[in-house]
Amino acid sequence: MDPVISVRDLWKVFGPNASQVVASDELKSLSRQELMDRTGAVAAVRGVDFDVAPGEMFVVMGLSGSGKSTLVRCLTRLVEPTAGTIMFEGENILEADAKRLRDLRRNKFSMVFQHFGLLPHRTVADNVGYGLEIRGVPRAKRGERSQEVIDLVGLTGNEKSYPDQLSGGMQQRVGLARALAGDPDVLFFDEPFSALDPLIRRDMQSEVIRLHREVGKTMVFITHDLSEALKLGDRILIMRDGQVVQVGTGDELVGAPADDYVRDFVKDVPRSNVLTLKWIMRPPRPDDELDGPELGPETVVREAVRSVLSADKPVKVVQDGELLGVVADEEILGVVAGEA
Amino acid sequence: MVAVPAPRQVPLFFDRYKRLVIVGGIVLAWLVLWLVFRNFGTLPLDASELTPLHRWVNSVNDAIGASRNSNPVFLYFFNEIRLVIDEFVTFIQALIAQPSFGRPVPMIGWLGVVGIAGFVSLAVAGWRVALLAIAGFVFLGLQGLWQESMDTLSLTLAAVVISLLIGIPLGIWAGLSDRANRVLTPVLDFMQTMPTFVYLAPLTLFFLIGPASATIATLIYAAPPAIRITAHAIRSVPRTTVEASESLGATRQQTLVKVLLPSSRKTIVLGINQTIMAALSMVTIAALIDAPGLGKTVVKALQTLDVGTAFNAGLAIVVLAIVLDRVTTAATERRSLPRWALFSGLGVTGVSVYFSYTYLWAAEFPTDVEIGSSIRQGATAVTEWVQDSLPVITGGFKDFVTFALINPLQALLAESPWFLVALVIVALSFMIGGLKSAVVSAVCLGLLVATGLWQDSMITLASTLVATIMVMVLGVVVGVWMGRSRRADRAIRPILDAAQVMPAFVYLVPFLALFAASRFTAIIAAVVFAAPVAIKIIADGVRAVSPATVEASTALGSSSWQTIVKVQLPMARGALTLAANQGLIYVLSMVVVGGLVGAGALGYDVVAGFSQGQLYGKGLAAGVAIVVLGVMLDRLTQAAAKRWTN
Repeated sequence: MDPVISVRDLWKVFGPNASQVVASDELKSLSRQELMDRTGAVAAVRGVDFDVAPGEMFVVMGLSGSGKSTLVRCLTRLVEPTAGTIMFEGENILEADAKRLRDLRRNKFSMVFQHFGLLPHRTVADNVGYGLEIRGVPRAKRGERSQEVIDLVGLTGNEKSYPDQLSGGMQQRVGLARALAGDPDVLFFDEPFSALDPLIRRDMQSEVIRLHREVGKTMVFITHDLSEALKLGDRILIMRDGQVVQVGTGDELVGAPADDYVRDFVKDVPRSNVLTLKWIMRPPRPDDELDGPELGPETVVREAVRSVLSADKPVKVVQDGELLGVVADEEILGVVAGEA
Repeated sequence: MVAVPAPRQVPLFFDRYKRLVIVGGIVLAWLVLWLVFRNFGTLPLDASELTPLHRWVNSVNDAIGASRNSNPVFLYFFNEIRLVIDEFVTFIQALIAQPSFGRPVPMIGWLGVVGIAGFVSLAVAGWRVALLAIAGFVFLGLQGLWQESMDTLSLTLAAVVISLLIGIPLGIWAGLSDRANRVLTPVLDFMQTMPTFVYLAPLTLFFLIGPASATIATLIYAAPPAIRITAHAIRSVPRTTVEASESLGATRQQTLVKVLLPSSRKTIVLGINQTIMAALSMVTIAALIDAPGLGKTVVKALQTLDVGTAFNAGLAIVVLAIVLDRVTTAATERRSLPRWALFSGLGVTGVSVYFSYTYLWAAEFPTDVEIGSSIRQGATAVTEWVQDSLPVITGGFKDFVTFALINPLQALLAESPWFLVALVIVALSFMIGGLKSAVVSAVCLGLLVATGLWQDSMITLASTLVATIMVMVLGVVVGVWMGRSRRADRAIRPILDAAQVMPAFVYLVPFLALFAASRFTAIIAAVVFAAPVAIKIIADGVRAVSPATVEASTALGSSSWQTIVKVQLPMARGALTLAANQGLIYVLSMVVVGGLVGAGALGYDVVAGFSQGQLYGKGLAAGVAIVVLGVMLDRLTQAAAKRWTN
């Protein structure tokens, strides 16, 4: 399947002489700090590559200052990238003129912001309908569609409220509804739940998972919270100092961290929740009795604990009838005990 | 252990000590030389005496006057502007103030104006404020000042409309474009720090004496707040909100109209409020260049020392100010009136306008119910009583300030040779702000000599310094009190807000009544004008000191006094220097008003320049001297602030 978004060698440099920096291989190879000292320019995004598949939930994770917010703004050109290509459904959006860009924003992608960005002088319904209003949708149709998405995100009954009458979680639902109203192909989330209380945050995460299942849109989700990333992401991109450190599924990050930075990052993750049997299985030894129960390699460790511990023989990891390896008590306990 | 910090502290302390010694030495040397050179080289200039520069300005004035109808710059530029503005003002006056269109009365009489005022207030500010507006307008009529009030209102409205037509678009532009903001900010700073009276004279050069000059002067004074606040409002719309709109594909135009302007509506209305208040204040002051209205009544009464009439007219200005302020302040709140209320209000207003157009009783304010004369007599009686029965208090205070502060300082500044004063000021500037400050001061002092008004400048400088010292004393005492006590803040702040809204003229009236025409009266008026700003800045500064620090100080066992002196004031020193700087600028802007009530010196020169043709040049030079003094003191206080807060 062709990717919806395909980013190649994307650069964003702030400050003087930005275009000179990306034109020089020597300057590009400097670290952020060295570049800052040499030229006064700040490289927020440095040579980033990735693809997002249709319908995928793609999470970009990094600490503050890692360039993740700049990256997502480059994708919608709220921030103008300095160099690189961003192919969106086969079109390089860096070449789009102002009008084409507006069309894309109106119809193809939309964004949910950390601080909501709602219009305080408009009701919930009018906030949700704002995107439709600016593309000239007639009032009646706008109202109909707004109501649909308001119902979808669970705001029914609050149509006439003003944003300042709602809690943070409710406000972000308005932001979500506004982004959904235009029926875009892709939704961008810029740390949408960072400003919310932990409990509300959990609700909203489930809400996004539900929406992702129901509407099936491609989503790009920015966060600094690893557990959020693991919970939501089909695949996760870890960013550091403007560069990609690793891209992979949650179990790949935990099972095979690309470097010490990622290893340190995922250190405290409850591994049994993330790792699957393929990460802990070992080749069968000659003394293994190979007539125990069978499990698939994608089984999460936590779900395998009971069967492995209750079996008196090692569990066979089998895919398509082929024996990949075995998992015995010691492997399982290694994972579970490592978390204590 | 104890010895470690000691070697570092000693030179530091010594350093400070050395600086003080030098400053003390300079002042001491000045005193000694003053004794020796007293009254030598003081560059005095008699009231009617002119320098060649003044005569040259006069001749330029005459030449411009002569070519007004032949020079193309005038024919096609200044005269056109003047005509358009004059027409506009005259039109509004014809509607509500002056007999017009062959009628013995304005188009809309008092009843109609009261009706419109009530309806507009009802629509934008609710029925309470509408009642206030109606009562206020009726009160103006009862004072016997209906026509004067309407003249003032016409001029104010004209100036406000033009200010907003220019100001709001400029403000939006400055809000959207960093470059425009960078260009406009220094221009606005200049327009706002320049004492208002100073540009009255040059304006008359181009636009003649009359409504056009008055309106343009008002525009210069009243447009900056509208521009600034609009720009600020647009800039403070959260970045995310704008981004959200852009990310949905809004055009710049859509983002402006649907996001930026609605989000900043409340703040922009606040800007309009500021503009209206500034315009009202300036329109009354423009009486000095023959603008019609209440200001003229006040000026005439001040010149004849008729306190009763001045008080009555001053009161009318206050009433007008309160009504305009309340209406526009209330307009910042979002409200929606029921439709029937609006329609019936509209109906009543229509009827009242029709009556006031048709019937004389509704056109001219009835003269048989009148309270103006009793207000006048009452004010005069109170004044006389105070002067007769409290001379010990009022006179004692006045004498103390005059003999203990004003006289010595003035003697030192105005009776020293000019080069000595100049040397001392340049030396002190160097001590405060280094070479750059010294050069700025030297240039300013040179300009003062060149205006030919050195001695007058020094007298004005003495009064200004005394007034500023008093402002700072008041500011620290009241400001600290307000900063430390929420209750004091709540009680005092509304009074300060009201005082800032009042046109500068109004202050003079009660003080003139109490202290008669003198330098002291002018100084007190300036103090009252400048104190609210200083107090507020200091109060906010003290309040902004982190509560944790104050708590820590209290926990260590500091007394209130120790907390104030050792923690709050030192930590609020940025606010203190800002207060001193603003206080100085406000005091200076009152110099000309002071000239009306016996301040003499530069203020008098400016006022005399307005009224007497042969003194025109001198008045203009005095205006320049005030600005030069202002620039010098502003730079010096800013340099001092920088040194002190580092």
